[in-house]
Parts: sequence; C-alpha cells; structure tokens
Amino acid sequence: MSGWTALLVPVLLLLTALAGMARGVDVYRTLGTGAEEGLRVLLGILPPLIALMTAISMLRASGFLDWLGTALAPALTWLGLPPETVGLMLVRPMSGSGALGLGAELMEQYGPDSLVGRTAAVMLGSSETTFYTIGVYFGAVGIRKTRYAVPAALCGDLAGFLAAAWAVRWLFGYG
Amino acid sequence: MAMSWLWLGMVAVSVLFGAAHGTLDEVSAAAAEGAQQGVELCLAMAGVLCLWTGVMAVLREAGVLDALRRALRPVLGRLFSAFRSDREVMESLSANVAANLLGLGNAATPMGIRAAQGMARRTPGVASDALCMLVVCNTASIQLLPTTVAAARAAAGCRTPFDILPAVWLASACSVTAGIAAARLLARLWGER
Repeated sequence: MSGWTALLVPVLLLLTALAGMARGVDVYRTLGTGAEEGLRVLLGILPPLIALMTAISMLRASGFLDWLGTALAPALTWLGLPPETVGLMLVRPMSGSGALGLGAELMEQYGPDSLVGRTAAVMLGSSETTFYTIGVYFGAVGIRKTRYAVPAALCGDLAGFLAAAWAVRWLFGYG
Repeated sequence: MAMSWLWLGMVAVSVLFGAAHGTLDEVSAAAAEGAQQGVELCLAMAGVLCLWTGVMAVLREAGVLDALRRALRPVLGRLFSAFRSDREVMESLSANVAANLLGLGNAATPMGIRAAQGMARRTPGVASDALCMLVVCNTASIQLLPTTVAAARAAAGCRTPFDILPAVWLASACSVTAGIAAARLLARLWGER
C-alpha cells in the first residue's frame, strides 16, 4: 500500500525539476518565490488559527465534543463514520482554519496513522469551505437568489465525508 | 460576521457545558493552550507547505497548468453546455478547475470569479444552473496534492504524510460526482431558471 506513495514525493520533485529545466525555468529561484507564497498563506491562516484553536481547545476540554460524539455514535457508526470526527464534519463547511485545527488535534490525540487520524486527514483533503466559497462567488457577481446551490454543494460534502471514512477503512484495512 | 457567530457559539457552549459538568478549570487552561497550539501548528506545517507551494510555482512556470487547462476544456464543455460556445467563460472555467487540481487556490479564485461574471451576465441576480454547477465544482475539492493536510500530518509526526493520497482521490471523486448529480437532479426539481 505505502509502496508507491513513498516514491511519489521524491519522483515528483525530480520530475518537476526536470520539466522546469526543459522549459527553461529558473527552477531554484522559482522554488524560492513559490515558498514565499507559502509563507504568505501561513501568515494568513495564523491569526484565525489562534482564535479558532482557542475555541476548539475550550470546546474539547469542556467535554462537549466527546459528549456530542457519544450521543451521535450509534448513527455515525452505522454509517461507518468514526464518532470522533463529528466536530470536524460540522465545522468543515464553515471554516477552513477551524477544520484544520480540529483535524490537527485529532491527529495529535489519536496519532496521524490511526483510523481517526487518517479519516480526519482524508476528510480535510477531499472537502472545501463550502459556505465561504459560495459566499465569495455569489458575492462577487451579486447573486441574491441562490436557488439549489447550497443543498447541492452540501450533498457533495456529505458524500465526500462518507467516502473518506469508507476509503480509509478499505485501503488501510482497519477492522 | 458568520464566523463571529460560530466563534461565539463555540465559546458559549464550552463555558455552559463546562459549568454544567464541572470542567471549567480545564476549559480555562485549554484557552491558553489552544492559542499556543495554533502557533505551533503553523510553525510545524511551514516547511512542508512552503516546499509544495514552491513546487507548484515551478509546475505553473513550466506550463503544466496550461496543458491541464487545455485537457479539461472538452470535459467542462459537456458539464457547462449552455456556455460551450462562450470562449471567454470556457477559458476562465478551465483555468479555474486546472488551478484547483494543482492546489493553486490563489490563482483559482480570480479565474472562477471571471467565469461566474460571464455566466451571471445572462441571469443577473439569479444563480442559473451553470452558476450552481460552478459553485459545486469549487466546493467539492478536486485537489491532486492536498499539501496543507500533508503538512498537518507531518506536523503530527507522520513520516509518510502522502500515503493518504489514494483515499483522498477516491473521496474527492465521490464528492464531486455526488455534487454534480445533486445539482443535475435539483435543477430538474427547481424548474424555472
């Protein structure tokens, strides 16, 4: 399973450098300017991450997230979703940094290679901040009647969450 | 404003739940810890994230983004049949989806908005079927290399942060398919455009 994904990073780096050189790109300098872009991304998510990690950390310490997970456990387990991911699924469509914070906490708590940690990562990687995205696009072009855009997008999110949990179970062979 | 309500909600629930269950001491300690964790997470993610934004920049300069855009046009023409002959919209649309695939969010959004503007000209103020489809394509993440998540996994001590890729692709494919199917179905139910 981990065979070819282990090769992916070095091979992709090599191919990128080769493709860049073949096209006459100054690969080294462009890597630098691109990394600078990454720094700007980090600088952008740091302030909201501090605010959201504070709230998430409080929410977890109060016992609310555990309580919510336990309360919904029968339904979530029946669907094949780990109950621990309930907070992540609720926050994901509303806040990217919030979901990242919750996911990072799950990975920290259960380990990045556990069923919960992997499921959280796949959920994060296969979904978007739905409400924010809809707000940006419809706001930019002045849409007032959104019709079925929100329910259709949320259908996609839900299917993504279910598929994430099933795919992790299936591909990594958790019981 | 919506985020303010979400934040207020989280803090209020923590305080009320903490008071009811006698965990207020933990809640107060957690507030300081959480802020610290936010900073630590960002620092721990920095290396992997910056490396990949660098790689993506090289790919963009090498013309991979343009190749992807050309390859996507026929597929998108089928999905957005109402605008198939609108060159400007189709160009922005395929650039938007190509940038999303490569995880170039900063490039994807302006392109997507340009496509949306072209679409909205026909139906001012109302989300036409094409506009709903555009939103669905942008809310169902279709990213080949989810670098932020990989960086978060690496930050948690994972040595193979990309081993989740097949699962991510599978889940993304399901999410996009379900979103498009839902949009098609709801378009029929909604009737009027």
